[in-house]
Amino acid sequence: MFLPRESIEQTVQKILAGDRRTAGRLITRLEDGDEWGKEVMKSLFPRTGRAMTLGLTGAGGSGKSSLLNHLIQRFRKMGKSVGVIAVDPSSPFSGGAFLGDRIRIQHHTKDDGVYIRSMASRGYLGGLARATTEVLRLMEAMGFDVVMVETLGAGQDEIDVIRLVQTCLLVITPGMGDEIQALKAGIMEIGDIFVLNKSDLDGATQALRSIEAILSLKAFKEGEWKPKVISTVATSGEGINDLVEGIMAHQDYLHNSDAMERAAFQRVEQELGLIFRDELERVIFKGLRGTGKKRRYIRSIIEGKSDPYTIVEEILGTFLKRE
Amino acid sequence: MAEQKKIKVVISKVGLDGHDRGAKVVSSLLKEAGMEVVYLGMYQMPEDIIRAAIDEDADVIGISYLSGEHLVFTPKIVGEMKKHGLDDVLFIAGGVIPPEDIPALKEMGVSEIFVAGSLTEPLVEYISSHVRKR
Repeated sequence: MFLPRESIEQTVQKILAGDRRTAGRLITRLEDGDEWGKEVMKSLFPRTGRAMTLGLTGAGGSGKSSLLNHLIQRFRKMGKSVGVIAVDPSSPFSGGAFLGDRIRIQHHTKDDGVYIRSMASRGYLGGLARATTEVLRLMEAMGFDVVMVETLGAGQDEIDVIRLVQTCLLVITPGMGDEIQALKAGIMEIGDIFVLNKSDLDGATQALRSIEAILSLKAFKEGEWKPKVISTVATSGEGINDLVEGIMAHQDYLHNSDAMERAAFQRVEQELGLIFRDELERVIFKGLRGTGKKRRYIRSIIEGKSDPYTIVEEILGTFLKRE
Repeated sequence: MAEQKKIKVVISKVGLDGHDRGAKVVSSLLKEAGMEVVYLGMYQMPEDIIRAAIDEDADVIGISYLSGEHLVFTPKIVGEMKKHGLDDVLFIAGGVIPPEDIPALKEMGVSEIFVAGSLTEPLVEYISSHVRKR
């Protein structure tokens, strides 16, 4: 260790007091999948779940970071403190990453009420990093009133964020394809609010009509939230007022229905599944380490003597008997 | 799950120096070398850079100087690092730096200097072997 290891209790106290250095360090530990980090999270968990949580998703270059910059400013004016998690992709070849979201979020570098953390996806699918759920909990424990999660540039199916946050903004731009794209399952279904950014570009009106047309095809139950479509120009700030109003309207809807409870349920369900898979894999690969079995299993599959299903059944069978 | 430990680097320009090509090239090279690089862009002040380094838990701060401001900003950055206890963070400078200024910069607290024309390999090697362990 490069620092004398603090006790878990000391770390927890520092986090609750909003100590940024300790938080920064802990996030690294969570990204690394460190046991100690998990112990700290156990103590922090009861202090989480009280923030307003927003997600921003959409294709790379659609303006998510620039919109985020405006939203931080608005929330700060309302007197709310803001945590931000910005995910960018890791290289599948080198494992490295270029994390560029901070460039667009520059008005708050001296503001103690704003905490921004970039995360590399490290090969995790779904538009987030594996530890994003944990970092969201951590920022809630630090006492931020609003926590926003920006996904990496999403394509059609990077939609994990919807189960993580209360209000999900899908950022789109003119010229991203016709109605056929919008009819496909996946990303077009996840927005509580559709943000048509760069709405000063050619084709904006047409894009707006397409989204509205698609939404009008969907049958909404009585009292169900009907996604709003809001046009913005992030570079000039046009439409940001409408966007903030839209976000607040969705929050009101959540608070005045059982939808907030459903959101909390979905979030924990997703976290539970994630932690369960991680732990199971970790325990099993730890058990196999050094035995040479993993290599033999892979060989026997390649040589056609066995198949992955049989192998997994066999491994699980042995482990379940032993536990 | 795979436990992956990555070197995290904050790369920035400082002050009014608007030449960002070098910083982008170095960021890209470090990414290729498997590091996670947070690029802050231009017009940053020492406090902004240190705030980012704290929030991002950076192992390395890399500053690109191309407008002759290295003797002005370096003590300010080192001062901010000391103030916030970032003693275990590497501070690397690069760009157009006259050879006669290098001893002064090292005296101020820059860990290593890679002037324009340096090769990638020694830079990656230097970071990998001097970065704090965890």
